Amino acid sequence: MELQLGLPLFYFLLLGFAILMYVLLDGFDLGMGILYPWFNTDAEHDHLMRSISHVWDGNETWLVFGGVILFGAFPLAYASIASLLYLPIMLMLIGLIFRGVAFEYRFKSHTSKVWWNRAFAAGSSLAAFCQGLMLGVIVQGVDGSSLTQSSLQWLTPFSLFTALAVMAGYALLACTYLTMKSRGAIQQKAARYGQRLLIFVMLAMLLVSLWTLYQQPDIRSRWFGGVYSLALMVLPLLAVLAARLLFRDLARVQRQFGAEQAINNRHESRPFWLSASLFLLAFAGLVVGLYPYLLPQQLSFYAAAAPDSSLGFMLPGVMIFLPLILAYTLWGYHIFRGKIEDYEEGY
Amino acid sequence: MELDAALLSRLQFAFTISFHIIFPSITIGLATLIAIWEGLWLKTANPVYLQLAKFWIKPFAITFGMGVVSGIVLSYEFGTNFSEFSRITGAVLGPLMAYEVLTAFFLEAGFLGIMLFGWQRVGPKLHFLSTVVVAVGTWISAFWIIAANSWMQTPAGHRIVDGIFQVDSWWQVIFNPSMPYRFSHMLLAAFITATFVVLATSAWQLRHSEHKAMARKGLSMTLWLALLLTPLQAFVGDLHGLNVKQHQPVKLAAMEGIWPEREAGVPLLLFAVPDKVAEKNHFELAIPKLASLILTHDADGELAGLKSVPAADRPNVPVVFFSFRVMVGIGVLMILVALFGAYLRWRGTLYHSRWFLTFCSYLAPSGIIAVLAGWYVVEVGRQPWIVYGLLRTVDVVTPLPAERVLFSLTLFVLTYSLLFGVYLYFMRKLIRKGPPPLEQLHQQLIGVKASGYAVALAKQLTPAQEQK
Ligand code: HDD
Ligand code: HEM
Ligand code: HEM
Repeated sequence: MELQLGLPLFYFLLLGFAILMYVLLDGFDLGMGILYPWFNTDAEHDHLMRSISHVWDGNETWLVFGGVILFGAFPLAYASIASLLYLPIMLMLIGLIFRGVAFEYRFKSHTSKVWWNRAFAAGSSLAAFCQGLMLGVIVQGVDGSSLTQSSLQWLTPFSLFTALAVMAGYALLACTYLTMKSRGAIQQKAARYGQRLLIFVMLAMLLVSLWTLYQQPDIRSRWFGGVYSLALMVLPLLAVLAARLLFRDLARVQRQFGAEQAINNRHESRPFWLSASLFLLAFAGLVVGLYPYLLPQQLSFYAAAAPDSSLGFMLPGVMIFLPLILAYTLWGYHIFRGKIEDYEEGY
Repeated sequence: MELDAALLSRLQFAFTISFHIIFPSITIGLATLIAIWEGLWLKTANPVYLQLAKFWIKPFAITFGMGVVSGIVLSYEFGTNFSEFSRITGAVLGPLMAYEVLTAFFLEAGFLGIMLFGWQRVGPKLHFLSTVVVAVGTWISAFWIIAANSWMQTPAGHRIVDGIFQVDSWWQVIFNPSMPYRFSHMLLAAFITATFVVLATSAWQLRHSEHKAMARKGLSMTLWLALLLTPLQAFVGDLHGLNVKQHQPVKLAAMEGIWPEREAGVPLLLFAVPDKVAEKNHFELAIPKLASLILTHDADGELAGLKSVPAADRPNVPVVFFSFRVMVGIGVLMILVALFGAYLRWRGTLYHSRWFLTFCSYLAPSGIIAVLAGWYVVEVGRQPWIVYGLLRTVDVVTPLPAERVLFSLTLFVLTYSLLFGVYLYFMRKLIRKGPPPLEQLHQQLIGVKASGYAVALAKQLTPAQEQK
């Protein structure tokens, strides 16, 4: 009995971990594409691309991982979510295709470069937008019969708003990543945009939270009625604290411009970790609201779980390979540590 | 005609997966070749090997990129377009694909960054190791996905509880009856595909570019490889056919164009036009009794034919029949080319035989065509079943409104056509550009341990002294 509930719970947490990793990693990477139009020169664009060209593939693999964990551990949920969200998923995939190939072709093109710039910016934005839409639909709750109904039922003011919020959030991650990976004018720009985006993201988080609390009594009672409600208040408090620190760090980066570099290197990498922790906190809040559902009010993780023979089979694989994956991914980032430089590097 | 969502979903899946497999077929073999060249360079310090590796890494990178983006589509398509299938077989196929991600995709992606961009960040040994890891990653990926596909062809090790598949023995699921054959045949196919791409390019370069040393090395190596791999492929393919006969007799009948319920002394059809309505072949060109001889090792051996099952249980015979002939035809052609190349080599005229080189340079897409044809035999031959004998394809398609699928299918057709054109354009451009000159290679690689700008700058300023 204990094993029976234990295994599905394990995979529920694993799924959460995969999604979180995806959102953080591909977040800054998609965000780079969202920021792209706000940088103008070829050199700046080169710089933005170069800062992620060696990691985008690995980052996107977390999306595949999330998908197959859902498929293998919760087949029922995979089947219903994927078919319910048919159009946003397809559009997201098209977006990911265009931005993915832009990495390879942009560096090898001359006349068509401007098109690859567009493909990268538009593809990244479309993918992020669709992910935000899906988040909105999931939070809002879906009607199971919508499969055969109007194809636009996932397009509501709420989901449109979450789509924009996710885009802004990804762009914020990208700004803080750039603050860490670049110097000079690009870093200044990133820090400046980062501050503005931060304000928008915080307001969006507030609005989405209030709206959800207002619309969904179940979630409201979970936050304010339960025994844990006091403990839960830590989440928003920490978020406000992180946002404050982040704002100040970004300001400091701008102030030190012109002065000798690397007075205090901490302020250049800390913004990234702070914005990541904002995502972490928001995600934790989301899980508090949704648990134990994969599809709100319809499908819980234990109802969707695959038989133990399948869950058990994947367990050693996860236990052995996930730590290895994290280790060599970290090693990869370590190899490419430091600021992006302007000399040609690569193959 | 009323639009049929099931048909559209199947078309979309067939289209997107056919597009995808083009790229793995090249990258699996090319990653392995690049690893071999890098290893040889480390061992012999012969710069031609490095030039080969550095030249092919660019086509490799764009091919890999195309493979990645088209693959991600597939892993979601099971759920979007075949939701019933995902629900019913998820407990079997999902874990196999989870292992594919855990053991292969992350590995490939993690080390690809270092393979492509790490030349100045890690030492040559570590770089070589990264290349090897990427290559091995592609094999592992093929292993798992072929296991999944083979299970759908020859299911084993499962039990059906309340209409849902559950696994009794993972060993039997993974090493199901057709898996060893399909896996070895597919890996060989991938090596052969890459071999012929490199062979064709080298043949072209020998005639049209100034990098003769590299082109000779490439041509010579790939001709040896072809001589080894193509006969082996025919041998494995033959075993594969025997396996089909045992587990999927109807598919075999479609491949061979056998209509009667049972037939003895079956001829090998070199050509024919199968007719589904009349249930017979037209325009047969046949070698008497050969099919029986090959498949039963007895000239008068009996084989089951298509009429042994109702028409609703038969696949689309012409597609299977012709695809099979295309694949085997290309296989035979490849063997002949490899043999003839060996003969020219023995005569000492290999590098000067203009017509042979020209002919070889047209073979670049031959492997890909054979791979696609092979998969059409396998997949169309399996129909109307999605899990052979147990689950019908038409029963498991997501009940989506047809126009929604039509929309996504149109998007994919447009996107992929555009990208395929772009891919060919850049491949051509890279091949015309040729490899980096040897001097530049040296410069790029001196003191490869260097990290960061300062060292690279120093290298640019003092190119000569730093060589070790
Ligand atoms: C025999 C080989 C083979 C076959 C039959 C397939 N693939 Fe594939 N796939 C590969 C061999 C491969 C590869 C060699 O591992 C690729 C190609 C280039 C690459 O980047 O990795 C790849 C990439 C690739 C990726 C991107 C991985 C990443 O993010 O790095 C995904 C998600 C899939 N595939 C999924 C699939 C699915 C769902 C398939 C079947 C329905 C499928 N592939 C058939
Ligand atoms: C990579 C090479 C492959 C090619 C070129 C290929 C091609 C095809 C084609 C042409 C069909 C359509 C058959 C028909 O409907 O008449 C099909 C169906 C299908 N294939 Fe494959 N296939 C490949 C590999 C795989 C693998 C590895 C899997 C799964 C692990 C797979 C799963 C399926 C499924 C689920 C269908 C059913 C949908 C349908 O009937 O259209 N295929 N494939
Ligand atoms: C020359 C003799 C060859 C023979 C006798 C042969 C035989 C076969 C057979 C019997 C199948 C399996 C059908 C099934 O399982 O339903 C197959 C599949 C296939 N063949 Fe071939 N083949 C040959 C050459 C080639 C060549 C040269 C290539 C590619 C370079 C190739 C690529 C494939 C692929 C990709 C498949 C589908 C995957 C698989 O089942 O392994 N084959 N072949």
